[in-house]
Amino acid sequence: MRTLRQPAQVVPTITFPLFLLAINAGGLDAATDIPGFPTDSYLTFALAVPFIQSGIFAVSNGGADLARDIETGFLDRLALTPMSGVALVTGQLAGVVALGLLNAVVYLGVGLAAGATLEAGLAGALVLLVLSLVIVFAFGCVGVYAAFRFGNGEAVQGLFPLLFVFLFLSSMALPRDLIEQDWFRTIATYNPVSYLIEGVRSLFIVGFDGQALALAFGCGTAIGAVFLALAVGRLRTRLVRT
Amino acid sequence: MAVAWRNLHNFFTNPALIVPALLFPLFFFTAFAGGLSRVAGAPGFDFAGDYTAFQFVFVLLQASAFGGVFTGFAMARDFESGFGRRMLLSAPNRLGILAGYAIAAVARAVFIWVLLTAIALAVGMGVGGNAVDLLGLYALAGIVSFAALMWAAGVALRIRSVQAGPLMQTPVFLIIFLAPVYVPIDLLSGWVESAARVNPVTAIIEASRGFISGAETDVLAAFGAAAGMALALVVWAVTGLRRAEAAGG
Repeated sequence: MRTLRQPAQVVPTITFPLFLLAINAGGLDAATDIPGFPTDSYLTFALAVPFIQSGIFAVSNGGADLARDIETGFLDRLALTPMSGVALVTGQLAGVVALGLLNAVVYLGVGLAAGATLEAGLAGALVLLVLSLVIVFAFGCVGVYAAFRFGNGEAVQGLFPLLFVFLFLSSMALPRDLIEQDWFRTIATYNPVSYLIEGVRSLFIVGFDGQALALAFGCGTAIGAVFLALAVGRLRTRLVRT
Repeated sequence: MAVAWRNLHNFFTNPALIVPALLFPLFFFTAFAGGLSRVAGAPGFDFAGDYTAFQFVFVLLQASAFGGVFTGFAMARDFESGFGRRMLLSAPNRLGILAGYAIAAVARAVFIWVLLTAIALAVGMGVGGNAVDLLGLYALAGIVSFAALMWAAGVALRIRSVQAGPLMQTPVFLIIFLAPVYVPIDLLSGWVESAARVNPVTAIIEASRGFISGAETDVLAAFGAAAGMALALVVWAVTGLRRAEAAGG
């Protein structure tokens, strides 16, 4: 509820990715003429990116709210309840996940209305929504861990540009096999964000690509599991009853 | 000069200010020139130089513009904290306050230019232009930095709070990105092409790319657009200063 009641958290997560999508779709449409480019529509190709940006916003949205709870001492009050650490962490992410679902529906609707195609059809749309929730949950866990680790909102917000670095140094703008610079292609290959993007993108361009979807779900699940475990461990430190 | 010195001292001694100002242009340069170089092979990509130089120009102008905006942030912070009122009381000519921030903005921009240019040359960027062309390139970048500062200053002096930051930054971001960022204007499509054709920054970017490649183009239009924007925004900033004076800082 807290997340959805803050327009400053909701509006930018919808408008900013769509604006960048519009600019990139018009600015890079010529890239579809490069031999080997997988689609004729750069809009369809780039539509995967807002779903990842939604995840990046989840880091600051989820983490900042929790950091505020830590700073105000509300988390200490929660320590008096019998609530388990996992339940507390996942509860914090409920708002972020709900916002992620709203964002995913909006991005999909706007993208299709603007002329993008979804080769995977209705079933693919459902898979897309599930994958986007996995991505948002994973990044939300990163934000929660950062909140527990640093204990203040400014530090959590400081992760935002770092995550944008991960986004830009990926297969965000071109397919990995068309990236000309070897060093950039290597970075993109080791960057888990590339697999998240490619999984979402495969639903729009190819249909059901088992390998791409497996890698995307795998990376998202792994990121979420690792940072959820780290967050719960960190929470135990913060909630030591004295 | 005191205003400029104070701003520059704060900038160069505060890692929280100088590190992002250095890293973001380098990051965009890396991401665009490194990740999108294959785009130069698209049919119709008409540019005399290499893609590194093509993107270097955009990043240079972007860094110059945002350098001006960030100096505006500093101005907003000064007025919000009450330091601006002290400057208004002590300045014999209050336009000198604006001039001080302008000197600081250009000095910061030059620092970024030197670093960015050195790195671009180190990674093998080709420069087809001669010394006069390069002078023209950096002159345009300087005017862009000045114009962005005047915009941000006008906002800062009217609102006198750092909460005006998004209002300073967003229009500059929009006008920069609604220009030929990734490809020449003839390869843009849709509404982005329409917007770019009426965007005054397009002429500045195209002329700057002409300077670095040695194939000068739209020089008069670029300097006309830059000077026109700068003059209009000086009026905006000066009227903002008068409002701040009337409000007592």
